[in-house]
Amino acid sequence: MKIIIGLGSCGIAAGGLKVKEEFSRLISENPGAGAAMSETGCMGMCYKEVMVEVVDEAGNSTIYGEVNEEKARKIFESHVLGGKPVAEYTVRSSTEPNEQDSFFEKQRRIVLARCGHIDPESIDEALAMDAYKGLEKALKTMTPEQVIDEVLKSGLKGRGGAGFPTGQKWKFARAPQSDKKYIICNADEGDPGAFMDRSVLEGDPHSVLEGLLIGGYAIGADEGYIYCRAEYPIAIKRLNIAIKQARERGFLGENIMGTGFNFNVKIKEGAGAFVCGEETALIASIEGQRGMPRMRPPFPANKGLFGKPSNINNVETLANIGWIIRNGAEAFAAYGTAKSKGTKVFALAGKIARGGLVEVPIGIPLREIIFDIGGGTSSGKAFKAVQMGGPSGGCIPASLIDTVVDYEELNATGAIMGSGGMIVMDEDNCMVDIARYFLNFTQSESCGKCTYCRIGTKRMLEILTRITEGKGTEEDIPKLLELAEQIKKNSLCGLGQTAPNPVLTTLRYFRDEYEAHIRDRKCPAKQCKSLIKYAIDPDKCVGCTLCAKNCPVKCISGSVKKPHEIDQTLCTKCGTCKAVCKFGAISVD
Amino acid sequence: MCTKCCCDSGAYYKAFEDIMSECYHGNESDLIPILQKLQSSYGYLPKDIITRLSQRTGIFETQIMGVATFYSQFRLKPSGERTIKICFGTACHVNGSEKIADALCDELKIEMGGTTEDNKFTLESVACLGCCSLAPVMMIGDETYGRLTPDKARKIIRELYAKGDQK
Repeated sequence: MKIIIGLGSCGIAAGGLKVKEEFSRLISENPGAGAAMSETGCMGMCYKEVMVEVVDEAGNSTIYGEVNEEKARKIFESHVLGGKPVAEYTVRSSTEPNEQDSFFEKQRRIVLARCGHIDPESIDEALAMDAYKGLEKALKTMTPEQVIDEVLKSGLKGRGGAGFPTGQKWKFARAPQSDKKYIICNADEGDPGAFMDRSVLEGDPHSVLEGLLIGGYAIGADEGYIYCRAEYPIAIKRLNIAIKQARERGFLGENIMGTGFNFNVKIKEGAGAFVCGEETALIASIEGQRGMPRMRPPFPANKGLFGKPSNINNVETLANIGWIIRNGAEAFAAYGTAKSKGTKVFALAGKIARGGLVEVPIGIPLREIIFDIGGGTSSGKAFKAVQMGGPSGGCIPASLIDTVVDYEELNATGAIMGSGGMIVMDEDNCMVDIARYFLNFTQSESCGKCTYCRIGTKRMLEILTRITEGKGTEEDIPKLLELAEQIKKNSLCGLGQTAPNPVLTTLRYFRDEYEAHIRDRKCPAKQCKSLIKYAIDPDKCVGCTLCAKNCPVKCISGSVKKPHEIDQTLCTKCGTCKAVCKFGAISVD
Repeated sequence: MCTKCCCDSGAYYKAFEDIMSECYHGNESDLIPILQKLQSSYGYLPKDIITRLSQRTGIFETQIMGVATFYSQFRLKPSGERTIKICFGTACHVNGSEKIADALCDELKIEMGGTTEDNKFTLESVACLGCCSLAPVMMIGDETYGRLTPDKARKIIRELYAKGDQK
């Protein structure tokens, strides 16, 4: 029996290490059981963390969800010792179908093929599932030009957000003659609400290394950098292990696989600056400077890191490369739409019933991702919008739920494919508040170089804050639109050029909500504190005193068994009373 | 000279020397890794250490300060014994992270970014901790607490205080 514990960041955050300890205790106490334990990365079903897979001698797999120490003991006793799977904790079984299977049915896994199946700290497990076979094929049977050609033919576009064809980018970086070139993996996944790259790095670091090596070979670089967020300590740890193992096995270093190709990799930890996801800012950061973008041209392909030709690709882009070389461009291009090929990984989060990491063929309708895979909203309330592309993206309303996921189709809605964050919102979310949230983010992350981005976003944020406080005026919407246009036009980098998108899309699809805030001084979603009032319905209140006891500012008064009252002058609108009331007596208006 | 503790300044600067010999290879690109190591060793970036770093590397102090203030990871003031990081990622935001922050500010009687009077806790916001399926989330030390409610967050702090008292 093999016990495999999902220990990605999500799994650890949900208490995975305690579960692991419990299993290792149980195994050592029962040496006769013949059970072995190993770890794996993200299995994708983050909503069921902590996840544990038990594989029996016949190879049958049972995946358990929401495992804690107590459940671990029961699973061990019944399944590992008794051979009887515990049906009530099972989320997926290789022998018996259940309703959770629909989470996987529409997925196609290229990037995540090994994630959740291998121990990310074991190169042997990765090799058993074809890791570095693409590299071997490229180095031994293809010229760099042929590799670039294959990637061009596959139609792979950069998965970091901009969607520039990867093969084209490599071609540009291949062209200049230079004694030194660099290839850089952008693992500075800064979009709040996105965790695709982290999961890939944590679950299958070798796939990223393989892509980086093939890219290095294609453009003629012998040195690679992986620029990773410092907030991802587990990803960095596993990358370091993967690099060490790859070096020991001769996939990194001098004369790789006897082909004369040399390549080395360094990891650079980011220090917390969203703008460093931009290519030239990232380069400045590796060089030890403030991470501020610069004018292009010269493009990094001609003059990049330390002044040398450099190429930068996102984690997910690189994780596709080994598969493409191994299986051929046609196999990859078989997935997707006419203009956008392959698959895309999305981090499904927010108010979604089955949040997690999903990989789907490009061209799938949003509806299928959110409802068939994601199971609809977690609250059971009406689905309102999905935010895609983080601070650079936009909100797609429920009415456009049949939009297919493809670069062009999504751009037409005003949102973008982005790096893959997908935040689902229900009717309780205020769209003005969401716009304000993102503007607050971009405003504080603006590096300050361009005036429009630095000051324009600040003015936009002030207007949005004013609106959510019920102090908006009729001129505010035209002002927002004007500022948005100027910021888009007059900013140097993607951060500024896209910063107004969350405001523009919410204005496009939810203008009535802005107007309700401005004209009626009402927040239709009942989220904006300044515009709502908590009140106790005297007919429903039984005087249980629970609200008064829990109120942090003690603004609820009343005697036992008599209806209570809220002192509006003291109320901070924290919502605690509504949350604790068992009689539904507290209303928000 | 060390004014921070009762140690002699030799021990105080030893960490600096160790980090320099490990991370400094004479390049400007070593600056950020050095600052990261210094911060994890000293808990923040003390002024005298920055001066010393400037003298050693020849990088102007203003430039070091420019880098240290640009990146949100770096701290120029010491923090409390433990840092509470409240996640303000999108998933946490739509699931009510602001209410968690309000509750903790109220519970600890500090503002975001502040440190409690007894120096036990510093309250910080982070852009995203990446465990969106557990939203709203906060991190105290290395421990992550998920699926929070304002009430649950308060209780966690009270429990930590109670545990501290027992010691």
